[in-house]
Amino acid sequence: MMMKLLSGDSPRSKMLSAVLLLILFGLMFAPFLFPGTRSLDTAARICIFIVLVASYDLLLGYTGVVSFAHTMFFGIGAYGTALALVNMGASYSAIVLGTVCGALVAGAFAFVIALFSLRVKAIFFAMMTLAVASAFLVLISQLSGITGGEDGLSYRIPREMTPAFKLIKEKVLGVRLNGKLITYYVVFFSSLCLFLVLLRMVNSPFGRVLQAIRENAFRAEAIGYKVVRYRSVATILSAVMAALAGSLMAIWLRYTGPATTLSMDIMVDILLMVVIGGMGSMYGAVIGAVLFLLTQSYLQDLLGILQESLGSLPVVSDVVSPERWLLWLGILFICSIYWFPKGVVGRLRGT
Amino acid sequence: MSDALLTLKGVHTHIGPYHILQGVDLVVPRGGVAVLLGRNGAGKTTTLRTIMGLWQASQGAILFDNAEIQKETTPAIAQREIAFVPEDMGIFTDLTVHENMLLAARSGAIDKERLNWIFGLFPPLKTFWQSAAGNLSGGQKQMLAVARAIIEPRKLLLIDEPTKGLAPAIINAMIAALRELKEMQTTILLVEQNFSMARAVGDTVAVMDDGQIVYSGEMAELADDAELQEKLMGLSLEAHQ
Amino acid sequence: MSDSLIKPRIERPPLSEVIEAKAPLFLVPVLMLIGLLAIGSGSTWLTLTAAGLAMGMMIFIMASGLTVIFGLMDVINFGHGAFISLGAFAGFTILGLLGGWIESPSIALNLGAVLLAVAFAMLVTGLAGYGFERLIVKAVYGQHLKQILVTMGGLVVTQQLIYVIWGPDEIVLARPTAFQGSFVVLGAAIEKYRVLAIAIGLALFVAMRLVLSRTRIGLLVRAGVQNGEMVEALGYPIQKLFLAVFMVGCALAGLGGVMWGLYQETITAHMGAEVMISVFIVVIIGGLGSIEGCFIGAMLVGLLTNYTGFLIPKLALVSTILLMGAVLMWRPQGLYPVVKAH
Ligand SMILES: Nc1ncnc2c1ncn2[C@@H]1O[C@H](COP(=O)(O)OP(=O)(O)OP(=O)(O)O)[C@@H](O)[C@H]1O
Ligand SMILES: [Mg+2]
Repeated sequence: MMMKLLSGDSPRSKMLSAVLLLILFGLMFAPFLFPGTRSLDTAARICIFIVLVASYDLLLGYTGVVSFAHTMFFGIGAYGTALALVNMGASYSAIVLGTVCGALVAGAFAFVIALFSLRVKAIFFAMMTLAVASAFLVLISQLSGITGGEDGLSYRIPREMTPAFKLIKEKVLGVRLNGKLITYYVVFFSSLCLFLVLLRMVNSPFGRVLQAIRENAFRAEAIGYKVVRYRSVATILSAVMAALAGSLMAIWLRYTGPATTLSMDIMVDILLMVVIGGMGSMYGAVIGAVLFLLTQSYLQDLLGILQESLGSLPVVSDVVSPERWLLWLGILFICSIYWFPKGVVGRLRGT
Repeated sequence: MSDALLTLKGVHTHIGPYHILQGVDLVVPRGGVAVLLGRNGAGKTTTLRTIMGLWQASQGAILFDNAEIQKETTPAIAQREIAFVPEDMGIFTDLTVHENMLLAARSGAIDKERLNWIFGLFPPLKTFWQSAAGNLSGGQKQMLAVARAIIEPRKLLLIDEPTKGLAPAIINAMIAALRELKEMQTTILLVEQNFSMARAVGDTVAVMDDGQIVYSGEMAELADDAELQEKLMGLSLEAHQ
Repeated sequence: MSDSLIKPRIERPPLSEVIEAKAPLFLVPVLMLIGLLAIGSGSTWLTLTAAGLAMGMMIFIMASGLTVIFGLMDVINFGHGAFISLGAFAGFTILGLLGGWIESPSIALNLGAVLLAVAFAMLVTGLAGYGFERLIVKAVYGQHLKQILVTMGGLVVTQQLIYVIWGPDEIVLARPTAFQGSFVVLGAAIEKYRVLAIAIGLALFVAMRLVLSRTRIGLLVRAGVQNGEMVEALGYPIQKLFLAVFMVGCALAGLGGVMWGLYQETITAHMGAEVMISVFIVVIIGGLGSIEGCFIGAMLVGLLTNYTGFLIPKLALVSTILLMGAVLMWRPQGLYPVVKAH
């Protein structure tokens, strides 16, 4: 049963299994284990980013294609849902329609980009996606009449999903059972399902062909697989998954703007998460997202303390200043590419 | 026979997962022309590329002028005065014939007299001196490739199938050029499938098959012994004669 | 008889092929003409064209390094943008120190300050390029995926280092007095600084072509773009050539950074990453590895951005993406595909 859910792709290491179970339970009971708005927000973001990063890994780790347009697809999903909620009012049908449309548009975009650039060279695709995604970001920021521009869109979601809605009057385990909690579980279970779907994809015959292509595109072509077609399909699937994650983000935040969905900073974050977690393993996405987002939320506090104690040394205190945590992650990122390309998961598995 | 300029001792070469050269032993005598024969895929090109350091020998030794060179980089090997004419000729097609020759002359300047001698051997190079090398015909490109290798005196020339796909008249020009070089005491290791060409210029001969040398001796011996030819390479040689 | 056989002549390609080959050269004038028709007013058009060419020249300066590096060593440096920012900060540091020279009305002092700033910026970025190549790029030659990732990591780290050294805030600096204001030509206002940018860009293009066609290093670079292995077999250590070209490419990014910074009069650590979008578009349009293509692509992007910026401001960047799409439909490898021997 368990193996079937995981599509036969077990973590293959006691350490890794333990860590993954810990994460699963942590997220499942997050509202009760870590009460407070900030920690619930971190938990929801972790859920969403696990899907986002895993869908990126489908492309990078499993197919060997580098794309910089992943946040564009994420944003398309988010804006799809956001626009539907803005224009149709706070209804479930708006959420469904917006989500479906966002996913379709993302898939279509991915198809067009793949058509243009996958034939040529991996490097071409990387440059092309970077250019297109950046232009998309600028376009969205400028079409303020529709998208709210830089300010983004704020909207209402159905009442049952807001804090204003109380399931029961009493607190359970010190936690109020309100609509926010419902929304968290919508996010959590949707993310879990999407993750399991991704796991199924990479362990299907299709996923194995992708890996064969990544290992040796030339040979895969010789055996008779249409390399470009497989890569295009992977690009499209990964875009659709990213869009769905974007819809979850739009629902969770009740706000959608360029900075929370489209920005290149998020793209860099995704890269860091995939590589540090471990490319070519869906579990790497889980570990990477958890590590990164926890660090983002809490390491800055830690560095702040460190900086205070070093306050007198000018340059050193600049280097450990909480705003500079990306510096250290960047260095860690480069080192992991060189020395442990399988990331934390590779380490835990002892390979 | 004089001493050896180049010696391969049990050289193995791997390309990716493939074990191509499987213990090659080869001697190229100083001042002579050694011909390397063998059917397609035998490993002749791989042998030359291994000598040039373009593939790394995984085992064995390559001695040039009594120095071990198998660990050196390609430029360092070339600077030992070894010139290489690759199978695909390696012409810089965007550069003119002149520029191609200029790069081959490492000293930075082309010696006039030597250039005139080369023009004598390969007249089309003079005609197309300022044309883009990419516009040359296949035969002319081959002439340019050889001319580049001899624009300055070198101790050893490694030439990979210079007659591949050429018309007989051009093959004759090539034979004439190699004969002149031979008279100038240049040592040459020539890979060749065309036996008449091989016989016309070769002093010694080695035959390869499946990444190993299966025969080596004097060219004259092999040329006179039809039976031996048959036995060694009936497959490839007769077809080319 | 044999002589006549040895002397075959080079065939003249048919006229249609010649036109096809030269077609990219007509793109810039054609775009200018379309621009004129769409804009209508001659003087507005002239102002926009000058702005477009100036922008194109600056993008060309930044993109040329990237494309030559790619042509020679098959490396696309996604961290190139970091050198643009780094150059801008280094240059502005010098300009900041030479405040008196900049504010003085003397052109000589103005120019001197800019030249010093440019020299320092190129020195800093060239040296940083040395470190970048040795530490980050060298180990991943030939591995595209790792290259993209690792140079992207280098971008993040370098940007953060800029924050550490120069602080997190943007730096604002007015252009030297002599380069403020505009000329009026045929009723059109043309900013002085843009004329300077066009002059520098043109000079650089001509110089690069001369170096590539007249010097030994240039020949080696051109030969290496086609067949690096043969360059090595002729006895030249191509690794050193790589390193030198990488450093020059980074120094050019630094030059572009200072010029771009002076154009915007504001610099930030991520300005490089922002212009890189146009740089990538230019390099793709031109054909990876081709200087001529890069030049034409840069002019097209510069002009188109300014024309659409005037006509439909919101679509300025998107229009260049559409241009890229159109070019790729016509020539899937860009205007001047570079032919590799292997
Ligand atoms: N880059 C490569 N990757 C994998 N295998 C290779 C490579 N280059 C050569 N080989 C293999 O090595 C073997 C020897 O090739 P090589 O080119 O040395 O043969 P050759 O004797 O020169 O043949 P020919 O007469 O056709 O030129 C062949 O089986 C070939 O398939
Ligand atoms: Mg061969």
